Amino acid sequence: MAFVPRPVVKPRPVFLDLLAIRQPIPAVVSILHRISGALLFLVGLPLALWALEASLVSPEGHARVTGAFSQPLAKLALIGLLWAYLHHLIAGVRHLLADLHIGLELASARQSAAVSLVLGIVLTIAIGARLW
Amino acid sequence: MVTAKLAVGAHYGLRDWLSQRITAVVIVLYTALLLALLVWHGGLDYPAWRATFDHPAFRIASFLFLVAVYYHAWVGVRNILMDYVKPTGVRLLLQALVICTLVGYAGWGIEILWGVRG
Repeated sequence: MAFVPRPVVKPRPVFLDLLAIRQPIPAVVSILHRISGALLFLVGLPLALWALEASLVSPEGHARVTGAFSQPLAKLALIGLLWAYLHHLIAGVRHLLADLHIGLELASARQSAAVSLVLGIVLTIAIGARLW
Repeated sequence: MVTAKLAVGAHYGLRDWLSQRITAVVIVLYTALLLALLVWHGGLDYPAWRATFDHPAFRIASFLFLVAVYYHAWVGVRNILMDYVKPTGVRLLLQALVICTLVGYAGWGIEILWGVRG
């Protein structure tokens, strides 16, 4: 319907120096949730489908996938994607809890954000170390 | 006094908000199931991996998971595009590309789960 532009009374201050802004930890978890989601869509999904297909079709295909994934650079990339999956999952569960009105207070929201961030990294290191 | 409410938007907000959460729960449950099965079958080597996917119910579950991932990805990627890509034409093009990619992935997933295997 009709969009009535309001007259700008005075220019609002704009400060968008992303390197100078110090974000509170829930904001960090939030932007990492977005970045990890984009990574999973752009890289994780096609890679997972390729690996799933090759690894199921024959023992040779399975060996090809494990061979490709045992290269050091591939391992690093896999660990990056593992982090993306874990962080996205944990931060997502935090969202679901927030939808159930759990952890909405500022203090507990900060606490759960810190827990999500640390848990994602710790689990990535733990699982990554086993796979390496 | 009742005032007329100006209704704007395409009205898919609540539906997609809810879809994002329902698909998220499906994804979490499948992840737990897959991990449990891998532990049960004893790892990632070919016989164990193949045995995991040989179960028809698990293939159905995997298909459900993939569909949940595709819908979840669509809502999330569309949100990102709406936030950062301001020119309408470019955004429309990218959104169409994302939809085509995801529908293509859906076909690929079906082929993997039921097609290529003897």
